[in-house]
Amino acid sequence: FRLSSLIGHISTCPSLIGQCCQRHPGSVDEFQEELVIRPLHSGDIYASFQFRTLWDTDFLQEGQKVSHYRLFPKSLGQVLSKFSVRELHISFTQGFWRTMQWGQPFIPSPPGAELWVWFHDTVSDVDGNWKELTNVLSGIFCASLNFIDLTNTVQPSASFKPLGLGNATDHRFLRYATLPREIVCTENLTPWKKLLPCGSKAGLAVLLKSEKLFHSSFHSQAVHIRPVCQDEQCTSKAWELRQTLNVVFDLYTAGQGKKEWSLFKMFSRTLTEACPLATSSKVYVDITDNPELFELSPATPLLSQAVVLGDRRTYSVFDLTRAETFGQLRSLNLLLRWKGDGGEMLRPLLHAERYVAGFGLQTGEIHTVIYNNHPYRAFPVLLMDSVPWYLQLYIHTLTVTSKSRDNKPSYIHYQPAKDRHRPHLLEMLIQLPPHSMTEVTVQFERALLKWTEYTPDPNHGFYVGSSVVSALVPSMVAMNTNFTQDQPLFSSFVPVKEESSYFVRVYTEPLLVNLPTPDFSMPYNVICLTCTVVAVGYGSFYNLLTRTFQVDEPSLPLAKRLANLIRRIRGVPLLT
Amino acid sequence: MGLLSDPNRRKALTGLLTRLNTPICIVCYLAGIVWFMGLAFEPFTLRTYMSENAMGSTMVEERFSSGERALSLAKEFDAHKRQARGMPVEWLVKAMQSRGLEVFTQSFSRKLPFPDENKERYMVRGTNVYGILRAPRAPRTEALVITAPCSPGNTNNQAVALLLALAQYFRNQIYWAKDIIFLVNEHDLIGTQAWLEGYHHTNITGMEYSPLQGRAGSIQAALSLELSSDVITSLDLVLEGLNGQLPNLDLANLFYAFCQKLGVLCTIQGKLQRNDWDTAEGYTHAAQTMMLMVLKQACGRSWGDHGLFLRYHIEAASVRGINSFRHYKTDATTIGRLLEGMVRKLNNLLERLHQSYFFYLLPSLSRFVSIGYYMPAFGLLAVILLLRVSFPGLCHCFSVSLQPSSPGVLTVLTPVVISHLTGVALYLLPVHLQEMAVEHFPVSETEAVVLTAIAIYTAGLALPHNTQRLLSGEGTEQGWKVLKLTALLYLAVLLGCTALINFSLGFILAVTLVPITASITPHMPKALYAVVMVLLSPAFTILYCVFIYQELIEAPVSVSEGWMLFLSVISQGILDHALYGSLVYPLLALFIYPCWLMFWNILFWN
Repeated sequence: FRLSSLIGHISTCPSLIGQCCQRHPGSVDEFQEELVIRPLHSGDIYASFQFRTLWDTDFLQEGQKVSHYRLFPKSLGQVLSKFSVRELHISFTQGFWRTMQWGQPFIPSPPGAELWVWFHDTVSDVDGNWKELTNVLSGIFCASLNFIDLTNTVQPSASFKPLGLGNATDHRFLRYATLPREIVCTENLTPWKKLLPCGSKAGLAVLLKSEKLFHSSFHSQAVHIRPVCQDEQCTSKAWELRQTLNVVFDLYTAGQGKKEWSLFKMFSRTLTEACPLATSSKVYVDITDNPELFELSPATPLLSQAVVLGDRRTYSVFDLTRAETFGQLRSLNLLLRWKGDGGEMLRPLLHAERYVAGFGLQTGEIHTVIYNNHPYRAFPVLLMDSVPWYLQLYIHTLTVTSKSRDNKPSYIHYQPAKDRHRPHLLEMLIQLPPHSMTEVTVQFERALLKWTEYTPDPNHGFYVGSSVVSALVPSMVAMNTNFTQDQPLFSSFVPVKEESSYFVRVYTEPLLVNLPTPDFSMPYNVICLTCTVVAVGYGSFYNLLTRTFQVDEPSLPLAKRLANLIRRIRGVPLLT
Repeated sequence: MGLLSDPNRRKALTGLLTRLNTPICIVCYLAGIVWFMGLAFEPFTLRTYMSENAMGSTMVEERFSSGERALSLAKEFDAHKRQARGMPVEWLVKAMQSRGLEVFTQSFSRKLPFPDENKERYMVRGTNVYGILRAPRAPRTEALVITAPCSPGNTNNQAVALLLALAQYFRNQIYWAKDIIFLVNEHDLIGTQAWLEGYHHTNITGMEYSPLQGRAGSIQAALSLELSSDVITSLDLVLEGLNGQLPNLDLANLFYAFCQKLGVLCTIQGKLQRNDWDTAEGYTHAAQTMMLMVLKQACGRSWGDHGLFLRYHIEAASVRGINSFRHYKTDATTIGRLLEGMVRKLNNLLERLHQSYFFYLLPSLSRFVSIGYYMPAFGLLAVILLLRVSFPGLCHCFSVSLQPSSPGVLTVLTPVVISHLTGVALYLLPVHLQEMAVEHFPVSETEAVVLTAIAIYTAGLALPHNTQRLLSGEGTEQGWKVLKLTALLYLAVLLGCTALINFSLGFILAVTLVPITASITPHMPKALYAVVMVLLSPAFTILYCVFIYQELIEAPVSVSEGWMLFLSVISQGILDHALYGSLVYPLLALFIYPCWLMFWNILFWN
């Protein structure tokens, strides 16, 4: 009954933006969906889906059991209450976001899987909860999150602050882990889609076809759960579940080299309807560079401006809850056609990369290079590095140089690794001078693992997760600090505290490091050889060295022996 | 060991070895040589096989078809190269960018220690251009490299063009799991060295270069392409790298497999494979191929751009197109397909190439000799040194030398130290004295360096007379025995270590040094033995190698040409050491030559 009334409500609603801000006493939960399409400089195209489910409950405060679920997925709700989770962020990414060509993504994520969780401060056994939680999530998302254990979990002191309500600062309740080797594919997408209220049956989610999503340059899907305010006054709290999916289609492999994109070409489907459960369902197309760079059809009169990532962008808005959006064909197939060609590299204000220097299997050096491309503003960044224990960092060799001058970090938090127990954690607050390149180097030695500790393909190498650079980057335009419900989802994820700067997180590439690896193909030979050497070589040498040799007496002639026999009987001294 | 703990039997064994010492040594030497020559006989070798599963079963389908376009691109590249009088950097950057690669450049400069007369260069300044094809949905952790040198003149245009055509084709494919770096390097090996040092942020040779802007993680394998004509008759695979390092045998297997698949004639050391192993010609052919590999490996230089990658644990090989006057021709499309197939298979690798052999000799592309088979040949030679240490009247030096009445430490130490100082002079002076030499003699810098080296080498021969003066007393009988004992042990260790790293070098040195060093005493006819010793000294070994090499590549030279080649080999050896860190020159100058001088000392002991 409620569903039908909601659908009726949407279809009769003249202006959805006006409506969704009002609180409906009947409908406690809310679902919004949104797709942003951004044509990129390089000719590639970036599509970012966001689905937001609000759950109007506050079970942590009251300690009561919640058994009524409407839009919010029950599997996640139970996890939240069972493990006293305050905030949960999980992302699965296949590929590396190319900042130099694509600019900043709306929500960044490192290659592989990333999970960070704030627990409620009533939890006594955080590590136990974390262990169980990772195993449960592993089942829910069909991923290898169960490989997260104490050897790759860290507690960053400053880099990961809660994004939702509450001002938790005690990082004892934070756990952060990445699995850079995790391969993301359809088996992760299916459970992710199942969390949506409409599944992949209706709304924007019909576009999420795996054969197209994985025929791309970059694929990232994430789930963010956090407590948020319901309104501006923050009188009531709600749980927010944001599911995001970012994908970049390649000009050459997916676009056949033609700078012409359409929804059909990207997803092999067009849009025909909104999700009936959604209060808002929109498609935004970034037309800031229009009409010099490309043209968009069908044209839409609805325009929206948003300040996102320090830049004022203009978007064409297609409201899927309106029938006229779909036109006479009853389907929406956006078409973008490039006119000129870009292809030049971008110079994003903040950019970071990382590599291993040196050769040989004994030592090496990790170089992290951070670029501040702002022409005249210096700003501080927080660099976080989590390095597995088998790279033994020589922390005394840590150097930070900008413009070939020593740059002393104003804050260093270093937790050394314990072999087989916990990784290195290095957090630094570094001031980046304007228009500069800052290089952080640290030397390491490669540890010799025990032979059971090698992965099944040891010659592939071992991964070191991305380092994380978090910064408040000076903004070119005034950021919007007002909290409003009708803001597009993509611009409202990270809370904006001040007008002059915006928050950016940049992940570097993960590293693949070769460790000294024995030749596993011949353990039998090795065992045989060792045993033989020990048995034959050592044994007889020891024998030769410790034994005292005496020359044998030549045996006596028969006559003397007989004489001796008689002498022994007589008891007189023997002949020699 | 029971044998040794029994004093009687021990005595018997010792007696046998002492009595038959010389015959045993001769037998060992001959057996070593015969064993080595037998390695090329086909029934004694193993057939090559693909060890890496990731490259074996999954056959790929090659679809590259723009060979014609590559050839027209080669003309365009040639025109731009002429216009720019060197590397057409801007054109290359544009060409790579328009093919959808991330393009970066690296400039480098290097002042050679003395002018290189073979390649006519002294102050080298250049730019490398490389484009990275980013694999879709890959986290920039692994990469493959395809490189083509931009050579002066008309050479290698087709290689650069084919590289660009491959880049264009590869860019449109979705199946890449590793980034692919397309590198066009200037000044052949110097450019490659600058790029590799930049990529790994090391500086081992004093190169000046600008830091690299774009990277793609750890490089798994590299292929270098050299192609100078539109059609080719055969492809040659070059494996020998710096300091005699070889890439994993699977890389050679991969090349061979694709040559078979696409019906391309393939050679190694420029020699085709023959099937008639049971005839004398067949055996000689295989032996010549193997000898060429041994000579090339022994000289420790990089025989192509690939050779410098090996130091960084990157498996690499050069593929060289050869156009001779045979009827059988292969076009650029087929070569492109061959490379496509190889790169796709390398792309399928889960781990670095490690399954197959790293130490091997190839008598043909389909047959190999593994380390287990060739090491006994060296072992038989090395054991002679040990036999001589223990028996010919030297064994009681162990006990004697420990007594205070034995010849003083000084007697032995003086020749050792003086020999090594000569070695140091041989290593340092030629390059440092070149200016002085050029001032006083009418020679060029290169000639000055080489001639200084030869002069110091020859001056070292006068040492025994000088050392005698330094010694306090007469050289005693015990004295030379202790010196010979030391020298034999020293040589055994030196050759053993060398052979482990670079078998060919170790073996060649052992063949020439072992007979004379094993038999030398001061009581021999001095003049005759002095001539023999000089003829078997390291420098003459190099000279013989030059002649044998020329003979084997079917370009025999006259004595004077051979001498000129010998001089240029020496200067190249010194240059290779300075530019790329080749270790053959310091090994010869600092260790082998002083060791040989110690034996020279024994001959003139009195």
